[in-house]
Amino acid sequence: MLESTPTWQEVAHATAAGIRLRVFEHVLRNGEGYLSQACSAAEILAMLYTRTLRLAPVAAPIQPGPFTGVPGRANANYVTGAVCHGPKGPDLDRFLFSPAQYALALYAALIEVGRLAPSALDDFNRDGGTVEMIGAEHSPGIETTTGSLAQALSQASGIAVARRLRGDTGNVWVMMSDGEFEEGQTWEALANAAFHRIANLRVIVDANGQQCDGLVANVGHLEPLAERIRAFGATCDEVDGHDLDALDAAMHRPSGGPHVVLARTDPTRGVPLLAEKAPLLHTLRFASAEERGRYQAAYEAMRREAVLR
Amino acid sequence: MSVEMVVRPHVQNFIDWSKDRPEVVVVTADLTNSSEVGRWRDMYPDRYFSAGMAEQNMLGFAAGLAREGYTPFVHTFAVFLYRRAYDQLAMSIAYPNLRVRLIGFLPGIMTPGGVTHQAIEDVAILRATPNVTILETGDATEVESVLDVAQDVDGPVYVRMLRGVVPRLFPRDEPMQLDRVRVLAEGGDLALLTAGIETQEGIRATRALARRGVGVRHLHVSTHKPFNDPEIMATLTGCRRGVITAENHTVIGGLGSAVAERIAEAGLARRLVRIGLRDTYAHGASTSYLLAEYRMDALAIVQAAEDLLGERLGIEAEELAAEDIGPTARAARNADSL
Repeated sequence: MLESTPTWQEVAHATAAGIRLRVFEHVLRNGEGYLSQACSAAEILAMLYTRTLRLAPVAAPIQPGPFTGVPGRANANYVTGAVCHGPKGPDLDRFLFSPAQYALALYAALIEVGRLAPSALDDFNRDGGTVEMIGAEHSPGIETTTGSLAQALSQASGIAVARRLRGDTGNVWVMMSDGEFEEGQTWEALANAAFHRIANLRVIVDANGQQCDGLVANVGHLEPLAERIRAFGATCDEVDGHDLDALDAAMHRPSGGPHVVLARTDPTRGVPLLAEKAPLLHTLRFASAEERGRYQAAYEAMRREAVLR
Repeated sequence: MSVEMVVRPHVQNFIDWSKDRPEVVVVTADLTNSSEVGRWRDMYPDRYFSAGMAEQNMLGFAAGLAREGYTPFVHTFAVFLYRRAYDQLAMSIAYPNLRVRLIGFLPGIMTPGGVTHQAIEDVAILRATPNVTILETGDATEVESVLDVAQDVDGPVYVRMLRGVVPRLFPRDEPMQLDRVRVLAEGGDLALLTAGIETQEGIRATRALARRGVGVRHLHVSTHKPFNDPEIMATLTGCRRGVITAENHTVIGGLGSAVAERIAEAGLARRLVRIGLRDTYAHGASTSYLLAEYRMDALAIVQAAEDLLGERLGIEAEELAAEDIGPTARAARNADSL
């Protein structure tokens, strides 16, 4: 029987599964880490990198180099993580990753799609490396400095307007987390992007209901988020962030101004054990060897399932 | 010789300067006419962007434009650039060393708008911010030439800008130069370093002191960072009786501190008197009133000289006021709305 070409859904699904598995493995090996972000954002990142973003290919998976200094006049050769996104082009998209705390999930996604060498995770949070725990501008896949939350959307709107002035046809995509909608800058940026009708600005939000202190609902007042976003002048689609077809329709919806896809996600998706830790899911730390063993078993099960597919 | 007073030198100069520079764009936050770019907007509407009254987004927006090869000239009051949106300035603009020009109006105590509108610690904060170049205009010639200086810097530039009616203290054919002081008077007794509107006060004081036989080497500083002009060290080394700095800013972290650092690093034994706001906020009043109230005027410089020299020279305020170097560039009340 001839193997048929996989559908885009199959590609995206396999990529999402690979992101979870890779991050899970890393967290177990590392003894702690950012797992829930991979659980919630796996489909979003998979959709971006396999279906939505128009990016040039890379000649070979990028092997991240050592840290060679911060940007400045004394370091004119500073290289940003955009190298993983291939050469820029007027008809190609840009991708700004706002919640740099999610970096591990981003690195895993880049590895899954062949833009980053798998060995890059060996450098994760390693002294003297560029694969930083909270992604820096020189970290793989990071195009700008965004770890101070809510700054990417403003930067992206400036990039988008510059590209409009120049006649580029590519979009500028931003991935955000819902917690960033507590920052005033997010609302400043949305209002101004709507005012200037920046239609090449596209946003996808991993609305996993989680932030550092726990449940977003226990930290601040966000809802009704979709209505608030629309009230600020953007268009907004609210979808199940694990439903590939729903994400696809929302992400490709044409708009006359900034467009936001509010992807409602589950921070324990794929690792239901994590629910025991709720609501504190920001970083996973094992309380005991017994607990670690249960996570190890869950990982083995996830790996077997992935191999079977 | 009477000093020429120039009415809003930035307005037409910036329009002319931008004509053949299509990469230059302007971003403002509801202070378009107050930042003297209303006519610029009318001339180049496609290159003008209103950010609304939202400075955090404005700085990130400017950073994005700069990343794509445009050179945004962000125009607003100085306070709203560094105080209201500092994290955005540091992380979106300064860290990646982007070519954003932050044109800050109403530096120091140049506005009756009071404490909310007075940028009194901007030089201190931005001197401590890596990659940022800091310029300060002191007259119409510098307002006209600061654009060229800024544009030659491959990184972010913050400008303390003058507006309204501005005196021309320096010849038109002697433009501002990066990291180069102007030597306004020669003398071996004291060194005096002034910046911005304090240079007018320094000129008044230096002339009166000269009549009493006190030699003052007076430097006008228009680049706060970098601060490496060899004239500075030569002047600090060459003065016999001490050093005075005068700045339209708090005495902590600005020009006075920069000079103190140079003196200490070189191991010089020189007394230093720093004139400026003495670790205090100010309030809303005219510039000349505030200069006198906070002892930042020519008389304060004379008194600092007297202290360093250990003698009284009998110089009164009337003598200093009689110096014909034009009124202080107290532009805030002129022509503009705020």
